[in-house]
Amino acid sequence: MPTRNSKPTLKQLKQNFADVHPPLTPDEAITESSRCLFCYDAPCTRACPTHIDIPSFIRKIMHKDNVGSAGTILDSNIFGGSCARVCPTEVLCEGACVDNTMLNAPVQIGKLQRFACDTAHDQSFNFYQPGPDTGQHVAIIGAGPAGLTCAHELRKKGHRATVHEARSVAGGLNTLGIAAYKITTEFALTEVDRILHLGIDLKLKSRIDGAKLAKLLDSHDAVCLAVGLGNTAPLNIPGEDHKDVMESLEFLFQTHTKPLNKCRIGKHVVVIGGGNTAIDAANAAIRLGAESVTIAYRRDKQSMPAFDHEYEFALASNVDFLFNAKPKRFMTKAGKVTGLRCTRTRLQGKGRNAKLVSVPNSDHTIPADFIVKALGQEPLLDLLKSVPKLKINRKNRIVVDQTTGATSVKNLFAAGDCQADTMEEVVNAVQRGKITAAGIHAMLTEGSPGR
Amino acid sequence: MIAPKSNGQPNLATDFCGIKSPNPFWLASAPPTNSGYQIRRAFDAGWGGAVWKTLNHDPIVNVSSRYAAVDYDGRKIIGLNNIELITDRTLDVNLKEIAEVKRDYPDHALIVSLMVESKRETWHDIVKQTQDTGADGIELNFGCPHGMSERGMGAAVGQVPEYCCMIVEWVKEAAQIPVIVKLTPNITDIRLAGRAAKKGGADAVSLINTINSVMGIDLDTLAPKPAVRGKGSHGGYCGPAVKPIALNMVSQIATDPEINLPISGIGGIQAWQDAVEFMLLGSTSVQVCTAVMHYGFRIVEHLISGMTNWMAEKGFQSTTDFIGKSSPLLTNWSDLDLSYKVVAQIEPEKCINCGLCYIACEDGCHQSINIESVTEKEFLKRTPSAKDRVFTSGNNQYTHGAGDGYVNIFTINQDTCVGCNMCSLVCPVQGCIDMKEIDTGKPSMTWRQYQALLAEGKIDPIQPPEHV
Ligand SMILES: Cc1cc2nc3c(=O)[nH]c(=O)nc-3n(C[C@H](O)[C@H](O)[C@H](O)COP(=O)(O)OP(=O)(O)OC[C@H]3O[C@@H](n4cnc5c(N)ncnc54)[C@H](O)[C@@H]3O)c2cc1C
Ligand SMILES: Cc1cc2nc3c(=O)[nH]c(=O)nc-3n(C[C@H](O)[C@H](O)[C@H](O)COP(=O)(O)O)c2cc1C
Ligand code: SF4
Ligand code: SF4
Ligand code: SF4
Repeated sequence: MPTRNSKPTLKQLKQNFADVHPPLTPDEAITESSRCLFCYDAPCTRACPTHIDIPSFIRKIMHKDNVGSAGTILDSNIFGGSCARVCPTEVLCEGACVDNTMLNAPVQIGKLQRFACDTAHDQSFNFYQPGPDTGQHVAIIGAGPAGLTCAHELRKKGHRATVHEARSVAGGLNTLGIAAYKITTEFALTEVDRILHLGIDLKLKSRIDGAKLAKLLDSHDAVCLAVGLGNTAPLNIPGEDHKDVMESLEFLFQTHTKPLNKCRIGKHVVVIGGGNTAIDAANAAIRLGAESVTIAYRRDKQSMPAFDHEYEFALASNVDFLFNAKPKRFMTKAGKVTGLRCTRTRLQGKGRNAKLVSVPNSDHTIPADFIVKALGQEPLLDLLKSVPKLKINRKNRIVVDQTTGATSVKNLFAAGDCQADTMEEVVNAVQRGKITAAGIHAMLTEGSPGR
Repeated sequence: MIAPKSNGQPNLATDFCGIKSPNPFWLASAPPTNSGYQIRRAFDAGWGGAVWKTLNHDPIVNVSSRYAAVDYDGRKIIGLNNIELITDRTLDVNLKEIAEVKRDYPDHALIVSLMVESKRETWHDIVKQTQDTGADGIELNFGCPHGMSERGMGAAVGQVPEYCCMIVEWVKEAAQIPVIVKLTPNITDIRLAGRAAKKGGADAVSLINTINSVMGIDLDTLAPKPAVRGKGSHGGYCGPAVKPIALNMVSQIATDPEINLPISGIGGIQAWQDAVEFMLLGSTSVQVCTAVMHYGFRIVEHLISGMTNWMAEKGFQSTTDFIGKSSPLLTNWSDLDLSYKVVAQIEPEKCINCGLCYIACEDGCHQSINIESVTEKEFLKRTPSAKDRVFTSGNNQYTHGAGDGYVNIFTINQDTCVGCNMCSLVCPVQGCIDMKEIDTGKPSMTWRQYQALLAEGKIDPIQPPEHV
């Protein structure tokens, strides 16, 4: 549990953000690897969105071939080291592991994956070479996991890849957004460097708008949109523009970009939302030294989209939960935030379509001096709308051919969080990057999926 | 299955050619029996007997390092090898300590292992000095496969039946206490050595000593393991991995009509089950080395407890009730029933869908396991107990053992299954794959009977199964 007091030192704060899943020692890795049964058509591999051959990489660890093991991982997932740290393994590979049935405990696949990637990393192996130059050039917009994976795959095939990134750092949310106690900024950037090593041309601070996109489509053989999503949605209730009411991504970014003792935080924090981002924000708030942190969610516990293990983790970090509390206004007094006014709710009907109704006369205030808004991320609608003929769905995600990543616009592809029908996780962004790269490659070599 | 008897605790007391011990568990002559200090600790821990580390007139000089092990997929020391020689302490010190231990532990079996150069007087001398200590018996180390054998001792004797017989005769000329011959497995037919021991007048045999082996190569230095300044030598192999080899040899000796001597079984014993198996195949006592080197003397408690409880369950009062009981069941291949047939059967409620049985049968056996990928929903419908494997997190539901939306279900094609056992051996779940007898409708017939019937023209040759 994180240390909390009114004025934590920088050292204490750093400790608060130390690895939640410390790495395995070589001995632990060998012992743990021997628990794997080496399943055939292994459920864990199938449950991994990038289909890493898990029993194979685990067996290589057991036989002390860490470099070979990392190779197996990276062949399927170039962000293997990051995914090992940030994946919700509880519902992916480890959730599928058959050892859950017999022994009630899965093989610790995530930790083993980290062990293999880190060990190989330390030996600084260059696993990949660019393919022979094809003379084709692809522009990728967004240097998040989806864009970088797409670029890496295309480089392996010998296409030139230029990545345009609006921010001054690469890696997207993997570098800036994900809880700092899961992945350090340094590690995320090291992994990005290794990916770039293949000869990917990265242009930082290069924000692409509709006009620039049109030019890129003209000057390149294909373009891939991998812009992810934007900030989380506003609540549109009074008091929202106060400086101590912060948007969750901005709030979380600071734990990666600023010294921890310079981050903005209050004493009594309320986080609004019920997803994984809300949990991350609450955990970060506690670790930044807040004395109390409460998550206010408008539905009940069962409806909460956050993973159960994330919920448990927040409880263990001393985060309080208030369910059926719908925000009504941000309370301020003398220029300071004093609390969050909420209305009690209850659910009418069952399941996901249950209707949320307000309980009359149930308004109450949760005292707070700092509030974080963590509703779902919103799409970058301005950009999407500026592309003529780009088809987007009702949730404003880019509609793509699921097998090639092709959009409704000729030579324009999409990958990652910005596309329709994907799951918002790094590992899914990587898989989408792979699929789209394969789609682009097929078009460039066989002329297939372009429209 | 023998019905349990309720009268009294099973008694483990052992009488091995007149040598008495409170239980059949003895320490083999090896580093754990190097000194009086160790043997006292062992007897206090519960060991019934010990064979003192092999003596010679002059202490030997050892090398370093000396041991290497085989680990298997994360499990340490399934096999151990050593290039150590016999005792490195002086004869006087050893004999003095033997006398003191025997004086203080009169009810435990204390046997002394001996190995000297092949001269009659030398043997007479050491045998006399040994029995003056009050020791209960003598074990002749004709087995050490390395070092001593280059000097004409150990396996160099054990591998030549005539030498073996001659030296046993010399020893028996001087010995007034029982003489046990410890046999080497590094021989084509161990019965020849056993018969030679019998002919020379041995009172009992013990087996096996270590197996000649090269443990491996260090892939950094390219030197053999264990390495002595970059070089290695073949050494003696022991530990859990050698048990099946030892069991076969024990049963060969136990069933040889010319030998008929008490046996002390050795080789890879680490659990009580191992000890019981050695005894079921004809050993009266058993000896342990590697498991003690690995875990210490304390393991004897598990050996005693396990064996006692098993005996109680089976209704055996004393070890003699079951010694040799399985020997008659170990026969020749030609006497096995060709008409008997088992097939594999998977218990779907126990299966964890790992696919190990499938790939083993498909690639290594007889392509008799069907794989069917069904949706999670269908799987849960077909396998009611699998509801325990469903869990929710956030707004979604997951199933352990499912991935990419499906679960693999395995079934045996019993028409083509040859009943080889392989799938049941690889299956990680106890009792999940059962080998079930099926009625072939054919009268029992061994290969020997089959050959006779063929010769008489009373039967047609058996045809290979259709699917192969
Ligand atoms: C708070 C939070 C915590 C998370 N925690 C986890 C976790 O623990 N585990 C997990 O697996 N996933 C987690 N995720 C989800 C994961 O980070 C995303 O699914 C993943 O990063 C998506 O990758 P992407 O490449 O599609 O998009 P992003 O990572 O969002 O990258 C998109 C990139 O495009 C750039 N960009 C945007 N617009 C433009 C433009 N116009 N021009 C140029 N560049 C542009 C952005 O600056 C950004 O670098 C978390 C997300 C959030 C918000
Ligand atoms: C390091 C070592 C030294 C041994 N020294 C002797 C010895 O001096 N005399 C002897 O008869 N057997 C010796 N043995 C063989 C053991 O007594 C025993 O026969 C063999 O190890 C098989 O039993 P196990 O599998 O329980 O170890 C030695 C074995 C080891 C491992
Ligand atoms: S499901 Fe578990 S036991 Fe099977 S291969 Fe995967 S990690 Fe190993
Ligand atoms: S017993 Fe042998 S042949 Fe029959 S299913 Fe099992 S592995 Fe295949
Ligand atoms: S080996 Fe056993 S548990 Fe695994 S699939 Fe086969 S029957 Fe099921």
